[in-house]
Amino acid sequence: MMIKDYRELTAAEIVRRIRAGQLKAVDLAETALQLADSEGRRLNAVITLCHQKAISQAEQIDQKVASGNELPLLAGVPVIVKDNIVYSGYPTTCGSRILENYISPYDATCIKKLEEAGAVIIAKANMDEFAMGSSNENSAFGPVKNPVRDDLVPGGSSGGSAAVVAAGIVPIAYGSDTGGSVRQPAALCGVVGLKPTYGAVSRYGLIAFASSTDQIGPLARNVADCALAYEAIAGFDPNDSTSAEFDHPPYSKSIEKLSTKKPRIGIPLEYVSEGIDDEVRTMIDKTIEKVDAAGYEIEKISLPHTEYAVSAYYMIANAEASANLARYDGVRYGRSAGREQGLDTMYSETRSEGFGTEVKRRIMLGTFALSAGYYENYYRKAQKVRELIKIDFDKAFDSVDLILAPTSPTAAFGVGEKSGDPLQMYLSDILTVPANLAGIPAMSIPCDRTADGRPIGLQIMAPAFGEKKLLTVAGQIEQMIGYNYA
Amino acid sequence: MDTVDKIGYEAVIGLEVHAQLQTQSKMFCGCGIVFGAAPNSLTCPVCLGHPGALPVLNRRAVEYAVKMILAVGGEVRKHSIFARKNYFYPDLPKGYQISQYDSPIGLGGSIQIELPEYSRDIELIGIHLEEDAGKSIHPEGGEGETKIDLNRCGVPLLEIVTRPDIRSPQEAHRFLSKLKLIMQYLKICSGDMEKGALRCDANISLRRRGEKSFGTRTELKNLNSFRAVERALAYEIKRHAAILDAGGKVIQETLLWNDDDQKSEAMRGKEESEDYRYFPEPDLIPIKLEQSWIDEIKSDQPELPDARRERLAKEYDITSYDAGVLTGSNELADYFEAVAAQVEDTKRVANWLMVDVLREIHERKLEVGEFFITPNMLAELLCSLESDIISGKMAKEIFREMAASGKSAGAIIEEQDLRQISDSTKLTAVIEEIITQEAIQVQKYREGKRQLFDFFVGQVMKATSGKANPEMVNKLLKEKLDG
Ligand SMILES: [Zn+2]
Repeated sequence: MMIKDYRELTAAEIVRRIRAGQLKAVDLAETALQLADSEGRRLNAVITLCHQKAISQAEQIDQKVASGNELPLLAGVPVIVKDNIVYSGYPTTCGSRILENYISPYDATCIKKLEEAGAVIIAKANMDEFAMGSSNENSAFGPVKNPVRDDLVPGGSSGGSAAVVAAGIVPIAYGSDTGGSVRQPAALCGVVGLKPTYGAVSRYGLIAFASSTDQIGPLARNVADCALAYEAIAGFDPNDSTSAEFDHPPYSKSIEKLSTKKPRIGIPLEYVSEGIDDEVRTMIDKTIEKVDAAGYEIEKISLPHTEYAVSAYYMIANAEASANLARYDGVRYGRSAGREQGLDTMYSETRSEGFGTEVKRRIMLGTFALSAGYYENYYRKAQKVRELIKIDFDKAFDSVDLILAPTSPTAAFGVGEKSGDPLQMYLSDILTVPANLAGIPAMSIPCDRTADGRPIGLQIMAPAFGEKKLLTVAGQIEQMIGYNYA
Repeated sequence: MDTVDKIGYEAVIGLEVHAQLQTQSKMFCGCGIVFGAAPNSLTCPVCLGHPGALPVLNRRAVEYAVKMILAVGGEVRKHSIFARKNYFYPDLPKGYQISQYDSPIGLGGSIQIELPEYSRDIELIGIHLEEDAGKSIHPEGGEGETKIDLNRCGVPLLEIVTRPDIRSPQEAHRFLSKLKLIMQYLKICSGDMEKGALRCDANISLRRRGEKSFGTRTELKNLNSFRAVERALAYEIKRHAAILDAGGKVIQETLLWNDDDQKSEAMRGKEESEDYRYFPEPDLIPIKLEQSWIDEIKSDQPELPDARRERLAKEYDITSYDAGVLTGSNELADYFEAVAAQVEDTKRVANWLMVDVLREIHERKLEVGEFFITPNMLAELLCSLESDIISGKMAKEIFREMAASGKSAGAIIEEQDLRQISDSTKLTAVIEEIITQEAIQVQKYREGKRQLFDFFVGQVMKATSGKANPEMVNKLLKEKLDG
């Protein structure tokens, strides 16, 4: 049975109604599946529907309700995960031809946690190939349309995940953020997106792009749902050596409590300087005024090494990617071509056919950065810049609790507008990559729209493992802004 | 080596050894390690390099590395990191090997080698941890087909690299034997080269004796036994010397040793000048070691071959050479000490082990630990010998019988009534009877035909079915004949 007001329901409201017996998880799942199949396909935001497992997950929730069992955090909530999170039983393509028919033999830790939390996994979301891109135009399965307007890109690389949330197909989706891939599409589609602290969410089962900055993060239509979605997947995982043993408070409960002490907010000069679209800057300034008016202490700060962040990021991320993507060689799984013509032909044909232009470009750049004679000047230097950026944030957080900035230098741009100019595209990440390099948590919440109706995202950054404070303050600012999601 | 000496060259040899660690599970996943298991049966998403799978370090492999570094007196580094070594090969699922590069776990150390004329220390550059790759199999008649077994993929390896300190193929051989022995004592590696548990690459160059700079070196791969290492190096020394004598230049290259044809062959392909593009492994955090943990391992270290040899020589009053043979394996040394604790004459124990016990073990192709004549059984035999119940000659016979039947010395002595006759009254009676019977021979003996003495001994032995105590027979016969 289709649920009429489904698209307006928040995750928290769904859980409440499931608990109260007012909604059936199976009805929710069927509604979400149908929407994913119609609207999701129209936006090209989904690659695979996970019909069978979704229904059985929903049935389990309904049985639990029937037997009066205690219900988990996301009981019955339909979610969609980015197609770089492995989910056994369905293809995990990573947006690439090279993994077109690849079915993982195991589930990502994130998937296991979602199943434990009672979430119903509806589909796998479209994405830029191997999470490399800022517009979702690099997917082997075609670009994703921005639900705001069909001729706009949704951002990337988690463009599919942002689009399905913005379109009301699911209240929660999961993406991954390596250099801004959750926050930037959240900003461009007008939804909330969180990139957690590096090590807060297990990367086990997240197909690696740049191992030292990759993090899975949730997207939702409000901060409360985002907190709920984050709580479900956060936590130490013995299968991921870089995952941190850290206490995770119940984020969804803690954001309801307003802290008595008003936080000190830092505004970094470098994030509101040239290169930022005028309209974006104006809207961010307006938001800061509101925050100021609410009695928060606003302080101008400096993060002096910001200008080097994009180059350092691309150096490190591409170097790691060049090694991470070496396994797609046609030997064991995924696409394989030229097997009969010998080893070298198999390697080159498999990889030439399987990878798209942007992925090849980054593998080449990364390989070069690590090559003998260049390592010191490129990779090593980039690591030094990374240290300096970390120090910038450490110093800043000595005097402020949180940092506010735009998420993206522009609102959503047109399909094809930047795709011919990789450098221009890379600059889309200028405001998001510093948080990845520093490993700190950051989120984007919608704060306003441009004159022609394109959403603008406000970025909030916090010290490592400061998600509780981050979500709490984001919730407060969300109320001050009063953004209309419709 | 002689030829090289004559022409006045000195060989400069360095070894790079890879030793598989005998951990229960692989280095970065939970898969087991069993030699000879069905191909690809010991694999999982991690060691198959599936997308999204991540490595988790096996603490035991680190412990074994620390044991080895401590055993060779190297520096255990409290902070070391893993690096990715990038190269494409079908048996390398991730397209990179997780290894250590500029921040290894162990630095320095040395291993003492003993040769007949001298002993010396071979210095190590360092020891590091890395994962093994899988195996490519080219089936015969497979028309160029390649099969891949990834069971070995991810097995922990120790890489041990020497300085170019080795001066002869014999020294290289001794180094490897000693290294193997140390690892066996530590119980961290079987050292079995045939099964690939120990692998060795060598580099070699020649220079004029007395010269400080190095000549051009070649690298040797595919050295599958200690003998092969020795033979390949000897071959390369001759080859280099011939080139240099003719005024030529040695080409720096990697060579494959062909042990069937006894020659080195140039390696085809590109593996020569590969750029491995090492960089720190972002999926693993640095290995950080607490001093207390290192101390704990140190205090649990077993006695090592050199120390045990020295102690055995001193404690049991045997030669250093004998002690060296007896400490050739931990089990043999244990065997020796168990017997020696029960027997007065420890030198005799050493001789019995080195001659009789080792002979039986080798003939039966057994390990010391599998030998069914236990230390207690041998001790019983040697005690019977010491207390004159049996003679030395009888002891050897009884030992053979023990080896054949598995029976104890006591049982054999009882069953066959082999107890030696050491009763002087009994022996005197026998001797007197023989002197009476052989009056003519006695006459001749007393006239000076001294060589007849053995004849009388033989007669006594004959009369006692060989059970007479030979020393007593000698003594009593002399008294009777000469007195
Ligand atoms: Zn495994």
